[in-house]
Amino acid sequence: MPDLVLLVNGAQKRVKAAEDEPLLWVLRNKLGLTGTKYGCGEGQCGACTVLLDGRATRSCLTPAGAAVGAKVTTVEGLEQQGKMSHVQSAFLEAGAFQCGYCTSGMVMAATALLAEHPHPSDEQIVEAMNGNVCRCGTYPRILAAIRLAAAPTVSESPAVEEGATYVHG
Amino acid sequence: MFTDEITAEAALHEVRDRIRMFELDRREFLRLCSGGLLVVAGSGAAGALAQESGRSSGGHQLPQEASAWIHISADTDVTVFTGKVEIGQNIRTSLAQSVAEELRAPFSLITMVMGDTDLVPWDAGTFGSQSTPRMGPQLRTMARTAREMLVEAAAERWKTDATTLIADEGRVTNPATSESLRYGEITRGQKLTRTITGDPPLTPATKWKIAGTPAPKVNGQQFVTGKHTYPSDVVRPGMLFGKVVRPAGYNATLASADTSMAEKIPGVRVVRDGDFIGVVADDVWAAEQAVLKVDAKWKVPAQISNAELFAALKKGAGDSGQSEIAAALAGADVKLEQTYTVAYIAHAPLEPRAAVAEWADGKLTVWTGTQRPFGVKEDLAKAFRLPAAQVRVIMPDMGSGYGGKHTGECAVEAARLAKAAGKPVKLIWTREEEFTWAYFRPAGVIEIRSGVQHDGTLVAWEHHNYNSGPSGAGTPYKVANPVTQYHEWADAPLAQGSYRGLAATANHFARETHMDELAHRVAMDPLEFRLKNLEDLRLRAVFTAAAESFGWEKEKSTATRGFGIAGGTEKGGYTAACAEVEIDTDKKVRVRRLVQAWESGAVVNPDGLRNQIMGAMVQALGGALFESIQFAGGKVTNAHFAEYRVPRLQDTPQIEVVLIDRKDLPSAGAGETGIVAVAPAVGNAIFAATGVRLRDLPMEQGIEIASGK
Repeated sequence: MPDLVLLVNGAQKRVKAAEDEPLLWVLRNKLGLTGTKYGCGEGQCGACTVLLDGRATRSCLTPAGAAVGAKVTTVEGLEQQGKMSHVQSAFLEAGAFQCGYCTSGMVMAATALLAEHPHPSDEQIVEAMNGNVCRCGTYPRILAAIRLAAAPTVSESPAVEEGATYVHG
Repeated sequence: MFTDEITAEAALHEVRDRIRMFELDRREFLRLCSGGLLVVAGSGAAGALAQESGRSSGGHQLPQEASAWIHISADTDVTVFTGKVEIGQNIRTSLAQSVAEELRAPFSLITMVMGDTDLVPWDAGTFGSQSTPRMGPQLRTMARTAREMLVEAAAERWKTDATTLIADEGRVTNPATSESLRYGEITRGQKLTRTITGDPPLTPATKWKIAGTPAPKVNGQQFVTGKHTYPSDVVRPGMLFGKVVRPAGYNATLASADTSMAEKIPGVRVVRDGDFIGVVADDVWAAEQAVLKVDAKWKVPAQISNAELFAALKKGAGDSGQSEIAAALAGADVKLEQTYTVAYIAHAPLEPRAAVAEWADGKLTVWTGTQRPFGVKEDLAKAFRLPAAQVRVIMPDMGSGYGGKHTGECAVEAARLAKAAGKPVKLIWTREEEFTWAYFRPAGVIEIRSGVQHDGTLVAWEHHNYNSGPSGAGTPYKVANPVTQYHEWADAPLAQGSYRGLAATANHFARETHMDELAHRVAMDPLEFRLKNLEDLRLRAVFTAAAESFGWEKEKSTATRGFGIAGGTEKGGYTAACAEVEIDTDKKVRVRRLVQAWESGAVVNPDGLRNQIMGAMVQALGGALFESIQFAGGKVTNAHFAEYRVPRLQDTPQIEVVLIDRKDLPSAGAGETGIVAVAPAVGNAIFAATGVRLRDLPMEQGIEIASGK
C-alpha cells in the first residue's frame, strides 16, 4: 500500500492508503477526522461533503489519490483559533439541526456556496444545497442559517420566522 | 473526591470512551456516589412507573426498582441518569430544563447521562412519545425532592425553620440572616440519599422560569463543529472494521460459499458461522474489497413483489365481511365507501445502523445507535448466552431513528465479528443494507364506510385497517356507534416495525381524506363540516388556529391553486394542517405552503418543539408524495437515495408552525403526531384544484409531483 501525502486543514499528512480508497475513509479512519460523515457512499446525500480547493466535493466518491495536491478542508478545519466560522455560528444561532448528522456536510456545502456567492439568491441556495439530505427535515432553518451567514451583519440579518405561539389557559 | 470525578466524567458524556470510569458497574457507581446527594425514583407516582419498567429489567442491582436518579456533587454539579436516549428529538435539553426548573438550579449545571446500560436505570426505550409525559414528571419529582432535602439539611445546620428558607439558582438562602450556601456545600460530602415516596406537588407551568423557555440544544456547538462522537465515530484501541456478506434475498439459505479469494487480500480474515459470513480487516477499504470477493450462492424462495402486495394483503388479512353499521347506513342521506392504501416506506436515518463491539475479560461492550439500549443488551445476552451483567450497551447521541432503530442486528453482528477476531470491531451498515435489512413502516389497506345527512351530520362510521396498524384508527368525530377494526397479516413479505407516528399517518390519511370527500358530497366547507361533527375542544382549537393563520376563509381554490385541511389527535398531541398546492402548466403538483397548528399541553421548550413539528411536516411530505419501497424476488429494488426519493430543500414549502401552549395541561410527547396531518391536507388541496381524488400513498402514483422549485 503506497504512502499518500495529503494537505488536510493546512497540514501535510502522510497516510498509508490505496489510491482508490475513498477520501472519506482516509479522513475518518486514518486521520481521525470523524466530523465528515458516511451517509450513502454514492454521492446522493452530501453528509460526506468536504472542500477540495474550496469546492464542495463528495469525499465518498473521491479517490484518495485524486486529492493529492489539493487543499482538503473538513469541518474540523473551519474554526480559526478556536472560533467558529460565520457559517457554523449561523447554523448554531438558527438551531438548524436536530440529530446533527447532516450538519457537517451542510456547513461545508454552505461554506463553498458563500465563498462563490456571498449573497446568494434563494434559487442559488437551493441549487447548491439540494444534494444534501436532512432526514430530520430542518430545511427551513438551514435556509435561514445560510441567509443569516450571508447577511453582512447580524442586525441586518433576516429574522428566522417559523410561526407564532399562542398562550391559553 | 470520587463524586467529583464521576460528575466531571459524566460531563464528558460524549467522549466517555476515553475515560477510566467506563468499567464501573452500577453497584460500584452507587458506592462512589456515596458522597453528595442522591435521589432515586422508587415509589409513589414515579415508583409505580419504575415498577412497571422493572418487571422485565432482568435483575439489575439497584437499591430498589428505580427508573431514574439524580446526583448532586460537592461542587453543585447535577447529574441526571436516565435510560432515555437523544436521537435528534432534543430530549437531552428539555429534560435538563425540567430538572433545573424543579431543582431551582441554573440550567448550565445539569448534565444528562443517557442510554448507557451500566450507568442508567433500566428503561424500555425511547419511543411512543413517552419521554416528555413520563420521564419528565419522574425527573421533576426527583428534582423537587432533592431541593426539599437540601432545604431541610440547611435548616438543620442553621437551626431554623425550613419553611423560611429559599432555594434558588443552586443555593439555599436564609433571608433573615443572609446566610447562603451552594447546594454542594450543604451536603459537605456527606451521603444524603432518599428514595421518593408520595407524590409531591410540582411547579405549575404558569410559574416556570427555565422550562417553558426556548433553550438551545445543550451541546449544539459539538454538532456544527463536527466534534460530537456518534456511534459510527467511536474508535477503540486495536479496532478492526467488519463487513457482512448479505443474502441474495429475504428468507434465503446459503447453498455454497467460496471465500478463498477474499482470504487472499492482505490483512483480511473471513468469519463463518452457519449461514453467517463476515470479514474483518484493519482497513475498511480492504474489508469492502474482501466482502465483494466472497462467492456465495443463495437459494431464494419465490416471494411476492410490490405489484402484488395489496391483493395479497387483503387476502391474507381477511375480509371485514358484512358492514356492521348497516342499520346506521340505511338511514343516511349520503353513503360513501372508499379504500385507501399506504406503501411500505423506510426510515432512512442519515446515520445507518452502526456498532463497535469489544470483548474484554468475558464482558461484551457495544457502542451502537439504538432507541432501546436495554433491548439491544437483551438481544446480545441472548445471542451470546451471557448473563445480563456481562453485557453493556452504550448509546452516544445518534444520527436519528424515527422509530427505525429499535432492534440490535448490527450490534449482534459486530459482536460476532469481534468475538471471532479477538479484537474490537466496527461495523457500519451501508445505505443499501440500511434500506434492505432494516425493517419498514408497514404497508396497509384501509376501508372506510360512512353515512352523512344532507345537513352535514355524520351518522355512520366504519374503519378497517389491514396490516398497517391500529394507531390513530379511532375517529375523533362525533358519530354514534363507530366501528374500528384492525386486521393483522401474519405473512407480510417485508420486516415490519415501528415508525414515527406508527399507523396514525395511514389512518389519518384515510379518515381525513374521507371526511373531505364527505364534505364535498354534502357541499359544505371542509373545515365547517369537521367542526360541525367535532366536540373535542382541543382538536377544534388546533383546526381553528391553523385555519386562522393560513387564511382559510379567504383562500378559494382554482384550477391552478388548491387549498386543503386535515387534522387529528394521537398520543396526547393535537394537530391540524392547512396546505396550499400549485398545479403548473404541465399538470405537475408543487406543495407551496403548509401551516400546522400544534398543541400538546404545556410547552417545555418552544424552540425544540417548533423544530420537531417543522421536521415532522417535512418528513411527512416524503411519505405523502413520493416515498415507497419497491421490492421483487425477496429484494428491495430501490435501495439507494438515487431511487428512493426523500424530501430535499427543493421540496420544502413555506412552513409555519402555530404552537398553542396550554400551561394548564400536562406536557405530552411531540416527536410523532406532528407527522399525521400533512398527507391528507395536501391530498385534499390537490383535489380542490384538480378534482383528482388521491387515495393511495405516495400520491405520485396518481399525479405527477414536480421536482425543483
